[in-house]
Amino acid sequence: MLDLSVVQAHEAIAAGELDASQYAEAWAAAAAKDELNAYLWRPEGAAAEGAIAVESPTAAPVAVKDIFCTEGAPTTAGSRILEGYRPPYTATAVRKLLEAGAPILGKLNMDEFAMGSSNENSAYGPVLNPWDRDRVPGGSSGGSAAVVAGGLAPWAIGTDTGGSIRQPASLCGIVGLKPTYGAISRYGMIAFASSLDQCGPLTRDVRDAALMLGILQGKDPCDSTSVGLPEAPRLPDREDLNGLRFAVPADLARDAIEPGVREVFEATLATIERLGGEIAEVPLPHAEHGISAYYVIAPAEASSNLARYDGVRYGMRAEASGDVIEMYEATRAQGFGPEVKRRIMLGTYALSSGYYEAYYGQAQKVRTKIAGDFAAAFEDFDFVVTPTSPSVAFELGEKTSDPLAMYLNDFFTVPMSLAGIPAISIPAGLAEPAGGGPRLPVGFQIAAPAFGEQGLLDAAYALEQAIAFEARPAGAPYPPIEGEKRTGSGGGGDG
Amino acid sequence: MIEREQVLHVAKLARLGLTDEEVERMAGELSGILEHVDRIAKLDLDDVPPTSHVVELENVLRADEPHESLAREVALAQAPDPDGGAFRVPSPQAEG
Repeated sequence: MLDLSVVQAHEAIAAGELDASQYAEAWAAAAAKDELNAYLWRPEGAAAEGAIAVESPTAAPVAVKDIFCTEGAPTTAGSRILEGYRPPYTATAVRKLLEAGAPILGKLNMDEFAMGSSNENSAYGPVLNPWDRDRVPGGSSGGSAAVVAGGLAPWAIGTDTGGSIRQPASLCGIVGLKPTYGAISRYGMIAFASSLDQCGPLTRDVRDAALMLGILQGKDPCDSTSVGLPEAPRLPDREDLNGLRFAVPADLARDAIEPGVREVFEATLATIERLGGEIAEVPLPHAEHGISAYYVIAPAEASSNLARYDGVRYGMRAEASGDVIEMYEATRAQGFGPEVKRRIMLGTYALSSGYYEAYYGQAQKVRTKIAGDFAAAFEDFDFVVTPTSPSVAFELGEKTSDPLAMYLNDFFTVPMSLAGIPAISIPAGLAEPAGGGPRLPVGFQIAAPAFGEQGLLDAAYALEQAIAFEARPAGAPYPPIEGEKRTGSGGGGDG
Repeated sequence: MIEREQVLHVAKLARLGLTDEEVERMAGELSGILEHVDRIAKLDLDDVPPTSHVVELENVLRADEPHESLAREVALAQAPDPDGGAFRVPSPQAEG
């Protein structure tokens, strides 16, 4: 039964062919076999107790990134500073899943406070990529991507600030959707960069992503920036791309993309044309400044948001001999990891007197220009497409010594985050890493105008069926997507 | 280029204790990142309004009605050193 997609499982449950409790227990047993360091916490036995219990499941159990507060259950955000913290309330996104009858399968490892692109910044050790355990799963929602790809959960939720859903989905060969900013409540989602953070699904296929988006979206009185979607999403069933126009950024840094990734990207463009879609280049002149703007704005907001971890109200407190200031400094020194410290320093510097306009002010203006570039593109086009990540999954330790090289991983995902628009990554094929070795998944990113989720899901579904990505990591219980069979070079993957 | 003194000043603003080794490393790493970020400093964006929020929102208000808030013992339950219904901290005046 673990081979069913969530949509299929729900159909089987509705038809009385599948017992939801047995299904949830089977997944709990699968999750218990985690060898990827993906789960930080799982309920004792098959079901969580207390406020986050689901007495009789009616939906597929869900694995939850450890950035979401779960009442009574540990919530660490991948940080030592929150070790042992048990929140007094539950995040709206999780509450909605519980109300939909989905039990919590466990809490998932992640880069500390969602800062990272490899999951190597977790205080609890890195998550391993189920395709190759010597490689990273991507980040920061690395646990969320690894459990879905590795058959340790049917679906998962994650968060995306500059690519943290899409990039790990790409590196693990699954679907990841970052919705429009404001589509889903951020209440109870531990804040990293509040003007960018957005929750979203990581799933095996596009229909599962649409199903989860329908559960999660909506305005929430507890988050004044939430607006929800104009209409409840429906499951996509579009089979062609006739009449749809896809823009490829003219300034796409093609030489920064691994050859294998480029090949799969070009092949996917050919598949779009075969399905009736039109492709043309469009200028996005400010997208290349996305990383610079992002690595001012996100650390600046983080330095403010993370000021709350001071050893007073929750989390750990370091033993310190002096006054309260020394206690703060010692607690934060011991509680935060190197990347979080780096971002706090970067953000505090950018916001400090004399530098504010030059850094934070200028970055916010770049943000306006990037959003303007997308708005201009969407006057003539339905979608903007790029590779999700410039490379396939890289080796553990490969980029940890060079923070800037790690940041450049987010080159293709950050502009959409700055513009607040929805974007999805779907697996498009396999490619050999630049350094050689067995072939690994490549993600294809599609971005749409704000609140254009339905059109985005419809197009992604049509493309997914045509690509029919067939490869699976060893041991994963789920079968390939049933679509048309791959023909030669179309889509660039086999399996 | 970020100097050691600047690192120490920013760390103080951020209430972040750093070891000598961290100060050295941070100076180099922040310099490298800021060198990349400085590319946007050269863009002529004088007439461009800044974006602080991507979704256009009016003030979001709710009815001003009393409701239950977190119980005191629940709010204190996760504190490292709760005492007498309050959060206890070391004295702001160091005793040495």
